[in-house]
Formats: sequence, structure tokens, C-alpha cells
Amino acid sequence: MKPQRLLILLSVLVITALLITACGGSDGPVEIRFTIYSDGNEAEVMRGLLDQFEAANPDITVVLDEVPYQTIDEQLPVQVETGEGPDIARITNFGAYRGQLLDLLPLLEDDDYFTNNFPEPVLAAMRPDGDTNGLYGYPDGLTVTGPFVNKTLFDQAGVEMPGPDASWADWTAATAAVVEASGAQYAISVDRTGHRFAGPAMSMGATLIDSDGNFTVDTPGFRAFAETINGWHTDGLTPEEVWLVGDSVNSCIDAFKSGELVMCMTGSWQINGTATDVGDTFDWVVVPNPSGDGGSTGVAGGAGVVAFADTEHPEEVAKVMEFLIQAENYSQWSAQTLFLPAQTDVATQGVDFATDDQNILDALTVFTAEIPKLQDQAVGLNVHPFAFAYYRNSADRISQYLTGELTLDEALERLQQDIDDAIAEASG
Amino acid sequence: MATISQFLGRTRGVNRLHSTDLFSYLYLILGTILMFGPMLWLVLSSFKSSAEIIKFPPRFLPYQQVMVDVDGYADPLPLFDVQIDGLSRQLVQIDLDGATATMIEPTNPSNTYSVRVEDRIPVETISFRFDNYVEGVQSFNFPLYFFNSVIVTVAATLLTLFVNSLAAFALSKYQFRARQSIFLVMLSTLMVPLSVILVPVFLVITQIGWNNNLLGVIIPAAATPTGVFLLRQYMLTIPDELIEAARIEGASEWRIYAQIILPLARPALAVLTIFSVMWRWNDFLWPLIVLSRSELFTLQIGLNSFQGELNVQWHLLLAITVVSLLPITVVFAFLQKYITTGIATTGMK
Amino acid sequence: MTTRSQDIPDQSPKTIIERFWNRSLEFIVSIFDVPFRYLQRWMGMRRMPYIFVIPNLLIFGIFILFPMLLNFAYAFTGGSNFIPTERRWVGFDNFSKLLNCTNYFDPNTCSQDLFWRAVFNTSGYVIAQVALMVLVSLLTAVILNRRIKARGFFRSVFFYPVLLSPIVVALIWKWILQENGVLNGLITAIGFESVSFLANANWAQFWVVMISVWAYMGFYTLILLAGLQGIPSELYEAAKIDGANELQSFFRVTLPLLMPTMLVVLVLSFIRAVQIFDIVFAFTGGGPGTATQYLVQFIYDNGFASPTRQYGIATTASILMAGVLIIFTIVQLVLQREDNE
Repeated sequence: MKPQRLLILLSVLVITALLITACGGSDGPVEIRFTIYSDGNEAEVMRGLLDQFEAANPDITVVLDEVPYQTIDEQLPVQVETGEGPDIARITNFGAYRGQLLDLLPLLEDDDYFTNNFPEPVLAAMRPDGDTNGLYGYPDGLTVTGPFVNKTLFDQAGVEMPGPDASWADWTAATAAVVEASGAQYAISVDRTGHRFAGPAMSMGATLIDSDGNFTVDTPGFRAFAETINGWHTDGLTPEEVWLVGDSVNSCIDAFKSGELVMCMTGSWQINGTATDVGDTFDWVVVPNPSGDGGSTGVAGGAGVVAFADTEHPEEVAKVMEFLIQAENYSQWSAQTLFLPAQTDVATQGVDFATDDQNILDALTVFTAEIPKLQDQAVGLNVHPFAFAYYRNSADRISQYLTGELTLDEALERLQQDIDDAIAEASG
Repeated sequence: MATISQFLGRTRGVNRLHSTDLFSYLYLILGTILMFGPMLWLVLSSFKSSAEIIKFPPRFLPYQQVMVDVDGYADPLPLFDVQIDGLSRQLVQIDLDGATATMIEPTNPSNTYSVRVEDRIPVETISFRFDNYVEGVQSFNFPLYFFNSVIVTVAATLLTLFVNSLAAFALSKYQFRARQSIFLVMLSTLMVPLSVILVPVFLVITQIGWNNNLLGVIIPAAATPTGVFLLRQYMLTIPDELIEAARIEGASEWRIYAQIILPLARPALAVLTIFSVMWRWNDFLWPLIVLSRSELFTLQIGLNSFQGELNVQWHLLLAITVVSLLPITVVFAFLQKYITTGIATTGMK
Repeated sequence: MTTRSQDIPDQSPKTIIERFWNRSLEFIVSIFDVPFRYLQRWMGMRRMPYIFVIPNLLIFGIFILFPMLLNFAYAFTGGSNFIPTERRWVGFDNFSKLLNCTNYFDPNTCSQDLFWRAVFNTSGYVIAQVALMVLVSLLTAVILNRRIKARGFFRSVFFYPVLLSPIVVALIWKWILQENGVLNGLITAIGFESVSFLANANWAQFWVVMISVWAYMGFYTLILLAGLQGIPSELYEAAKIDGANELQSFFRVTLPLLMPTMLVVLVLSFIRAVQIFDIVFAFTGGGPGTATQYLVQFIYDNGFASPTRQYGIATTASILMAGVLIIFTIVQLVLQREDNE
């Protein structure tokens, strides 16, 4: 019968398809697996660079596996731990893989170039205890937190924009006055994460991380900024949903882009998207971080590229890594992704960012000027092995304080406990 | 009381419009709006630019500002309606500093005006951005991911139907010693959320060597307790006499299952098919942990890679979401019909 | 299939597909019949059910049951390592940590305050959601089972949201309900003050219930509909002859016969409700504060979401939760059985 034959054919087809996909793999050039995530065009830019690499090294192919960020945060550690990880990955948590990374030091042609061109604290964050000079990966960009301000609303309201030495109290008053006069919806906000919270808190005098790397949350500066945010909520100055509705990506930037928010404390990675989405609707600027008792500091951040020790092709992996950190390639990456470079050579030469939008270039300049002002703890925070325990828990606990579920005392006590528990569990 | 009884009654018989019908249709129309309104909004939003998506107040249809090419300017410039000295005219903006825009006449670029921002209104037209779809589909290997999703969904669904219905048949139509305990153990595992056992399962899969193998996605999910439970519960309503009669006629147990039970359980099987297709097609966490090589990725992984750490590319995410909804919609549309007619013709007796 | 369509060769596409379908089915059945017949001869008819459950049981055992038992290995050990053998034995530490409260009705007095907040939030949510879900699904199923026009269309309408992935559901509703969302757009357009649905604890809890009903009611409606359609119409006619009005026949015929199906709906919706996670996670993220933080989110947060994992706490919480659920279900089943007898 015809239908039967057709059916047999179909089942044969399905089975072969399954077998083909199941087997896979072939000989030929060495294959390197690179897991990457993107906030924008990173995978695309990386692919371009790797194409150049492959052209120069025909015996190596690098396959780029683009995954959601969630994978990097949640699945990658499990995969690496069971030996099923990729050869190379783009990660954000520098301290999380200590002991599982590939030491590139003996494999590189010029390890001094590597060592000398990246900030020591970042390189050190990836080393296991006792290792003082191993090279395990590099930061692929440097981000700084800082506020975006809607200049058009300020001008419309006829309010003078506070100067570079203004405090958070000054900005709160000024943006509130702008809302009063211009009819915008909200005055001021900050992204919901302990990361963006830390800059203003440190500027207000918080010592979040001491010289031994211990977290202390209950400091006057930390309290002061928590109370500042609480004030914004009780006075109706801020979009409540940013802090009260928990989410993995919870930024005030959307409210800012829609023109309803005068000032949004976020970071340098938002420049490109803001320029695109705002377009010609209003004029915006990035301003220096407001000052306080502790000075004026943002917080550093950024992702990095690391190699894993389980790789079967350490030498080829080292070749890829060495290629990516070369000044000409690194600057190409920075120029196209619009990340501030974390590579010294590239930073001193300056990057010719691939844009002709004056707003973007101005904003990048302001953020670049913020880098030397960063406090040590503001640089150390992002590469601290338990930074992520602090980021998430602080956002949750502070939002409990903002809704009145906890008093500030209780919230800080719980937060300290959360971080201590996480550290105890990991070291136990 | 009469109204309620009319309403609850299964058959109405007479062909005139009763008040209960009115209520029914009202309920259905309201339901349709509630169920489809948000969907429609999703589809329309997928045609918006990323700036339009976050706009307030939100607008139903996708709008875009009119851009005009002007001599002497490389890029197209945005067009505005402007009131100057009581006269309204259309100008393009070349610069914006604070609240003051510098504008020119598109036809006569040398005429510049200085305009306050509150005096200009963007000229907008309704325009569907198909670019979102094009860009979304091009940003990863769409055909391959799609193909993988199809393979996983089809294979897993067939396996699920087969394995679950066999088990449900045994658990509903036989008296054997382990019956109650098997059923209870299965039922009790329903209680544990799948996300909780992800890590141990990953260890098991690693031991078997199914990492980066579609089998690792297809097989573990096939023995769904929900499916067994659903089918068993339905098969219990099939009268045992049919089976007895078939046995007397000499049918094997397999034939009883395949030619009596399965056809009668068609409605339940159709329901399970829909669910299985939907579960596997939308499954995200599981493929994510088993598959780390992009040649094996499914559509959901590709779709979610628009979510970065700090940014989400909403316009692309929405467009691909709509695309990913199409296949299950088609499967559903087809099976839905099958359920409606299928139940009528099997004529459960 | 009626006799008419067999007598008159009908070449409409529908019958061709149907015939193709039937023949292929027959083909598959006969292929499998050979080994199964052999097995049956060898094992005897009484042992066949074991053969039938084995494939399911095997997959189930390896990929669900065994990993679940493995979870116990995590619950009694500490550290952030995933490999069970490399973890340090801690005995009942995780259990006592979770259950350590001075006053069980005040989460603030517990050492794991978030766990207890999650317990209370989940209980409230489950009660509200299951009740609403069963009511709405039954009402919808009864209406859809009537002789209405465009029945197929309306059935699809109510079911369609079930096909959406939780992330999409959350996304849609977040945009509708946020302060600058569609609903507030409508509210302000008719002249009222906008409401912050997501930043207010009571509203957020209310909408979480509504959205999960929106998303899943199609599932239960469909099950109930299948149950309703399985009720032979002869029974209604018999009831009519006995002089029952339609309300009486609903309670005497429909409801009793629908009971097995209702039980399915009740149990499944209960289990699903307790496990509520992904929709809420993407919708409110557990906020405002911890107003919509439920148990599975607590488990997930501890087990996966932070790079410093407290896997012991997560699995212990899941074991406690499963234990309570199993007790509930057994009670439910026993009560049901007594009812029937």
C-alpha cells in the first residue's frame, strides 16, 4: 500500500535525521567552543574578529555559541563543574570560576604584554588562592556607573542644572523642581541593583568593602543613600516600579528614554541604546557622579573572557585569547561595541568609536573622566568573589525596606546575614 | 431558578434566543476580548521600534516619525509640525540643545528657525516595522534552530503519547499488585517542581553521555506523570465490557490497547498532544542546560539570547516570539478541530 | 465513521487523509503486534501490564525519580559543590535552619524569613487561585458545551493563552499593568487617577491570581469539556423521562459523572498553583517587597539564581514542600474515594 511505503520512508527519514544530529562531530581543524552572551551587538563583533583569527590560523575554527545571559549566570557554572563546559566563555562574575580556569601564562607567546595591559585587581580576582601571577582571562570592557539627565526638561523648566560638585540632595531638589515646572512624571531614580546603589552610597561615605575584602553594609553612608531612595518614594519623585518590582534587568532607563524621568542613575553601557531610542525627541547628557562625604565615585563593572582548564586544546585556546587582547583587535572590539577599553595600551591610544553621534561621544567622554575618580572599593566590588551575593540580596532587602516590610535596621541586619551565609556556604 | 436550570442544561432544543443564550454570548464575547486583546497587542507591538515600545501613553498601532531627505544632509531628518507666529508649517530638525531646537525648511534648507520643544509636534505615520522580523531572523541561524525545535517537539511528543498511553492503559485496565504503588509514586513526583531537579538530572545525563545530544532533551521529558494521570483518568471511563468482549474474540492485549483503548481515548490523546507540543516547543530551561552547542540550539534559546545582562532587545524578542507562536498555533488549530469532531464521532457508549 | 461514507467512494481531501491515517495506524499496530504477541504468549496475559508500564517507568525512574532521590543527598550536605560526593555531611542542619522560628506566624522571627514569607504567600495564593480557577473553568466549559454558534472558534479563544510560554504571558501583562501601561492609559483617558498595580502589594497579589487564571484556565476548561462530552446523552434523556428539570439533571447527572474529571482538575490545579513560579518571576519578580514571593522562587533563588548557591537549603525546602503536597493529595484522594462509596 502506498501510505505504508510513505510512512516507512518518513520514519526512515526521521531516524536518519536523529542519528545524524546525534552523532555529529568530524575531524579536520581543531574546534574551539566559545560561549558568548550579548547586550547588543557583541556576538556579531566577536564573530568578525574570530573570522580574522581563523583566516590567519586555518587549522583552528572557533564556534561561537550565543546564549541568553541567564545561561552564563545559572547554567554555565554547572556545566563547567561537571566538565561539560566550553573552552572559552564571556562571563561577568570574575571570581566564580577560580580553580576551574586555564592558566594561560605558560602558553602565551608574550605573557608580559597580557600582564601589563590589564588592571591587576581584575587579573587577581580570577586566580585561585596562593597563585600570584597566573593569567586566566581578561576584561573585555570597562563600564562605569553614572547618571543620565534629560537636559531638555531642565531647560523647559528653566531650572539651572547642578554643577559637578553637587550632592545627591542638590540633584533631588533640582529634579523635583523640574518636575514641578515641566510636568514630567518623575524626577529621579536609580537602577534596582546593589551595583548601582553602591556608587552613591560610597560617595556618601560608605565603606562597603574593607582592605581585607570583607563586606560591611551597616555604615552611615549606606544608610544615608537607602534613606535618600526611601525619601524619593515617600515624596513620589521616583517611578516606584523600578525598585518595588523585582526583576533581573530592572533599570530606570526605560522611563528615562520615554522622556518621563529627569534623571536616571545607571551606567555607561546604556549610552548606545539611549542614543538610538531617544533619537531627536529630547536632548540628554551624562553628568559626573554627585558628591558627598566620601567624594564622588561610580562603580566599575564589565564582562570578561576566560578560558577553562577542562579544554582539550589549551594551546589553541591560548592562541585565540592572545589574538583577542592585541591592541589592534581589542580596539576594534571596543570601537564597535562602544565599550570603554580596559586594555591599557588601547586606552592610552584612545579608541576611534564607530559612531558619529555627538551625544554618544560626549557621554563616553564624561564616563571616561569618571574612571580615575573611582575609589578602590568601587573597582574591587565588581571583581569580588561574593559581589553577586551582595548585588541581588541588597536589592531585595532594600526593596523590603522601601515597602515597609522591614525597618532599615532589620533590612541591613538581614542583608549582612545573607552575605555572610553565602560566604560561609561557599567556603564550607 | 428556571433560568439557571436552562443555563446549566446541556441541550436547549428549541431554536429561539433565550436569556441564557444572551448571557452565554456576552460571556464569550467578553472572554474573547480578554483572551485575544493582549495577544493582539503583543503582535502589534512586535512591529514597533524599540523606542515606540516604551512610549507613554502607550499606543495600539505602531507609529513612526516621518523622516525627510534634505539636500546637504547625509541622513534623513525628522519632520515636525511647528507653530511659528500663529502659522503652522512642517520643518525638519537639525539640532537640539536643551529645550531649543534648530529647524529648517525641508524644501529650502537655508531658512533656519529656532523653536522651543513644546511648540513642535512630530509628524508620524502608522508604519509596521518588518525590519524587526528580518533582523531577528538573521541574528541567529533561524532555520537550523527551527529545525531542531521541530525534531525535538515531534519526537518527544510521539514518544510521550506512546509511553504514557501504554502506562495509563496498564494502570487503568488491569488489576496487578504494583498498580497502586506505581500510580502513587508517579503522582507524588508531580508535586516536585521540575526546576528543583535540574541539577541532579544534569548529572544523570552527563553520566549517560547525552550532553549536547538532542536525545537528552527528547527522552527525559517523555514520561510525564501529568500525561499518565490525564490518560488514566480518562481511560477509567471506558467500559471494561469492551475489553472482555475483545478478549473472547481472541484479540491480544496489544491489539486491545491499540485498537480499542486508543481510539476511544482520542480526546484525551489529542489534549495530551497539544500539551506535549506546547511543553516541548516552549521549553527553555531544559534545552539550555543540556545543550551548549549552537548547532543543537532550539528556537527558545535563540529567542532568549536577546536578553542580555543589562539590556533586552525587546523589538527583536517580540518579533521572534510572534514567529515562534505560529507553529504551535497551526498545530493547535488543526487539533482543535480534531477534538471537536473526534469526540462527536467516537460516540462514547 | 458511518456506513454511508464507506459505501460511496468519497474523494474529499478529508476522507483521503482519514483513510491514510487509518491505514498507517493499522500498519504500525501490526508491526508492534508481533513482539507483543510473542511476549504475551511467553509471559501470560496477567503479566502484560508490567510490560506496558516498563517503558514509562524506566524513563521516569532514571530521569525523574532517581534525581529526586539524589536531592536528599543535597539536603543533608552543605557547600556550593554540585557533585554530591564532594559535599560535606551536615545532617539535619538545613532542616533546622529552615524551621528555626521563635514565632511561626511572624516571618521576621525566623532565621530564614524569606522561606516563611513564601510559605504564607503561597498558601494564600493557592486557595484563591484554585477556587477561582475551578469556578471559571467549569462555567466556561458548561457554556462552551452548549449549542452555541462558532463553538470551535470560542473554544480556541479560551485555550490559546495556554500555548504561550510563561515569559511571554508575564511580558504581556507587565506592559498592560505597569504604571505607564495600557490599562492605566485607559484609566487616565476616562479621567481617573492611575493606579500602581505592580507596586502595591494587594494589587500585585490580586493580579498574579488573575493572570495565572488567564493563562491556564484553557487547560482545565478543555479537560472539563472533554469530561462533559463524555457524558452519554441518553442519561439526560433518561433523567428527563424521570421528570427532572435541567437544573436537577445538572446536579444528578452532569456533576456526579463529571466528578472524576473534576478531581483531575482539582488535583492538577492545586499542584500547579503550589508550583507557581515562572510567570510571577518574570511578572513581579516577587515584589513589591516580598508580596508575591512564592516557594518555588525561594528554591530557585537559593539553588540557581545566585552564583553562590545554597543548594542544601534549596533542596531541603523542596523536600518539605513536596512532603506537604503529597500529604494533601493523599488526603484529597482518600476523601474522594470515601465520597464515592
